[in-house]
Amino acid sequence: MQLTEKHNEYWRKNLVYTAILLFAWFVATFVEAWYARELNGITFFGWPLGFWFSAQGSLAIYVIIIGIYAMLMRKLDLEYNVDEGDLE
Amino acid sequence: MSSQVFSHSSFKSALKKYYTFYTGGFIGFVILLAIAEQLGMSKQWIGYWFLFATIGLYAGIGIMSRTAEVAEYYVAGRRVPAFFNGMATGADWMSAASFIGMAGTLFLGGYDGLAWVMGWTGGYCLVALFLAPYLRKFGQFTIPDFLAERYGGNIVRTIGIISAITCSFVYVVAQIYGVGLITSRFTGLEFGVGVFVGLSGILVCSMLGGMKAVTWTQVAQYIILIIAYMTPVVWLGTKHTGIPIPQFAYGYTLQKVGDLEKKITADPKEQEVRKIFADRAAAGRAALAAPDKTYAEGKANVEQALASAKSSNAPADQVAAAEKTVAGYPKDVDAAKVQWSREAGLAARAAPPRPHAEAFVGANEAARNTARLNFIGIVFCMMFGTAALPHILMRYYTTPSVQQARVSVFWSLFFIFLLYFTAPCLAVLAKYDMFTNLVGSSFASLPAWAAAWAKVDPGLLNITDINKDGIVQWAEVVIGGDLIVLATPEIAGLPYVVSGLVAAGGLAAALSTADGLLLTIANALSHDLYYKMIDPHASTTKRVTISKVLLLVVAIIAAYVTSLKPGDILFLVGAAFSLAASAFFPPLVLGVFWKRANKWGAIIGMAAGLGVCIYYMMRTYPFFTNMGVPKMDLWFGLSPVSAGMFGLPVGLLAIIIVSYLTSPPSKEVQELVEHVRYPNLKGDTLVSEAR
Repeated sequence: MQLTEKHNEYWRKNLVYTAILLFAWFVATFVEAWYARELNGITFFGWPLGFWFSAQGSLAIYVIIIGIYAMLMRKLDLEYNVDEGDLE
Repeated sequence: MSSQVFSHSSFKSALKKYYTFYTGGFIGFVILLAIAEQLGMSKQWIGYWFLFATIGLYAGIGIMSRTAEVAEYYVAGRRVPAFFNGMATGADWMSAASFIGMAGTLFLGGYDGLAWVMGWTGGYCLVALFLAPYLRKFGQFTIPDFLAERYGGNIVRTIGIISAITCSFVYVVAQIYGVGLITSRFTGLEFGVGVFVGLSGILVCSMLGGMKAVTWTQVAQYIILIIAYMTPVVWLGTKHTGIPIPQFAYGYTLQKVGDLEKKITADPKEQEVRKIFADRAAAGRAALAAPDKTYAEGKANVEQALASAKSSNAPADQVAAAEKTVAGYPKDVDAAKVQWSREAGLAARAAPPRPHAEAFVGANEAARNTARLNFIGIVFCMMFGTAALPHILMRYYTTPSVQQARVSVFWSLFFIFLLYFTAPCLAVLAKYDMFTNLVGSSFASLPAWAAAWAKVDPGLLNITDINKDGIVQWAEVVIGGDLIVLATPEIAGLPYVVSGLVAAGGLAAALSTADGLLLTIANALSHDLYYKMIDPHASTTKRVTISKVLLLVVAIIAAYVTSLKPGDILFLVGAAFSLAASAFFPPLVLGVFWKRANKWGAIIGMAAGLGVCIYYMMRTYPFFTNMGVPKMDLWFGLSPVSAGMFGLPVGLLAIIIVSYLTSPPSKEVQELVEHVRYPNLKGDTLVSEAR
């Protein structure tokens, strides 16, 4: 079927969300690991910060990233009328 | 179709009721066994009870969920609510290696072991953002299904089938091995019998009900494995941190571990032991440098000692000791070389303890930077491999809607997170406990758990009084990684019933992963190869029957391969991730996000990615180079497990370049891409969902 301008806008917004969340994922993973030695110089509730991020912090960020994506997309689906109705 | 008539919310509340009831029942069962233990039930019987009760339970769920309907068999009728699919994915994902091995890897490797923790969780971000919702909208049965539909033609499907089977098979062998190990350890059954008992549980479940049975069993298995993992950690954590949620408090324990490491490094007695190891290693190296001379001299020495003992009329026990030394001397130079290599290897034990929290340990800056690159390499390959392993992606076909698939990834990672953020905590707590209670104790009165494990399995725990002072030094202790999880209940001073619980948890982890993998392999063969390529007119009953038969055949082949006890299983598991990342990730993601990607791009890209990955492993991994493959230097010092770091970018580039050089995909394919991008396009005539 022919996509409308509104459909294209939905997809563009989806790409923007994806890119921003992917950037957060990249920072929490690769930037964090690259500077782990420097981060370890800071102490956080007893943990060296680099260790804490790799053992808990980054993991929690991953869970949050996925949660935010699911929430944002649900709103976007409704806004652009491409949702699946009340399927639960 | 029943799933449409079925009300989703009443189904969900029924599920909640069942599983709450089930969890309570399981806890009651453990308490009953605990009482029985106090009344004198033997350890072996507790082991049997856990083994047969849990396997019986899984089989029971399998029988209750039996089905011959295609959609039920392949995708559980597409009505698994997000929350429960998350639990099932968690169990599917966490293997015997995660459950038993992870904390040990962290115990031994400190910070550098965290690469696995990050890699095996962060991959779900990629699943959520790039794959799960789109695959759910596409709504077929397998991953090769998507590739074939998107890129067209049987070549793509065939490469997909081969890749899916290769990664899954390598992985399933490791799981069945874990099943055999756990059952034989905790019940005293033979390894082979243990494999058979575990396998029968898997088969009853997945053969009767396919994905439907596997899903509901995996939810049950997740509940058991998380209870089993948390119980001893909470206990040990309360003992050392004073807080029942030690995950939030072990930072200070980690600090104390760091202080104790410094103390051990400086302690004169510890240094004495390390010096003995260093000297023995140096002697071994020297002997290896001039083997013939050293052998002859050594032999002459011991023989002369015997002769002089005899001629000087030394006491009988001295003569006997000298005779024993002569008899114990290596038969020939080759036997002596083996002994010397072992001595030279003791150099590792001459090193002071590795600082647990320090990132990227190395002798100099260059070595530290290589360690960092390898950390990043493992994280990279495990993440992209996660987002490409067929048995995980398949699970997102089973949710009722696209939005539920998105939420389901959230629950999946949440449930996985619970275990993975506990493992580093357990490693630190166990280390602290050993530093304070084991080190410095006398050999005459070792802590009970240490005495027991050192006797049962020297491979997991070996304590020898090297400097003969009667006191345990840390340098005298050798620990196998698997000990940490297996012995934690005893270290924490819990009754044996908790050890049985941990074994049941490890078994649940291994069985649930094996279930998912076997199903993936059988489906790739029955659905993709047989139904889609050989006999497209096969009736639904025939398809499901063929799948069940294949499942049995694959399981038997996998069990046979396992019984050969192939080495290097850990490398193979890592390799499976690198291979999956190189082969599947680029075509799957570009298939959704880039309309211009076409058939030839996908074919060349998958072949190139896989090719580079396999080439690097073959040329650098000792297993292959020892078989005669010419050896080459590591690229940037990156270890063979991380071959996907080269394979994936090459695959991605190849798809882009070749797609641009060839004609764009047809209009139908472009419409399919549009179709999967929107959860619900009103007026969309394309209905891809298979029922």
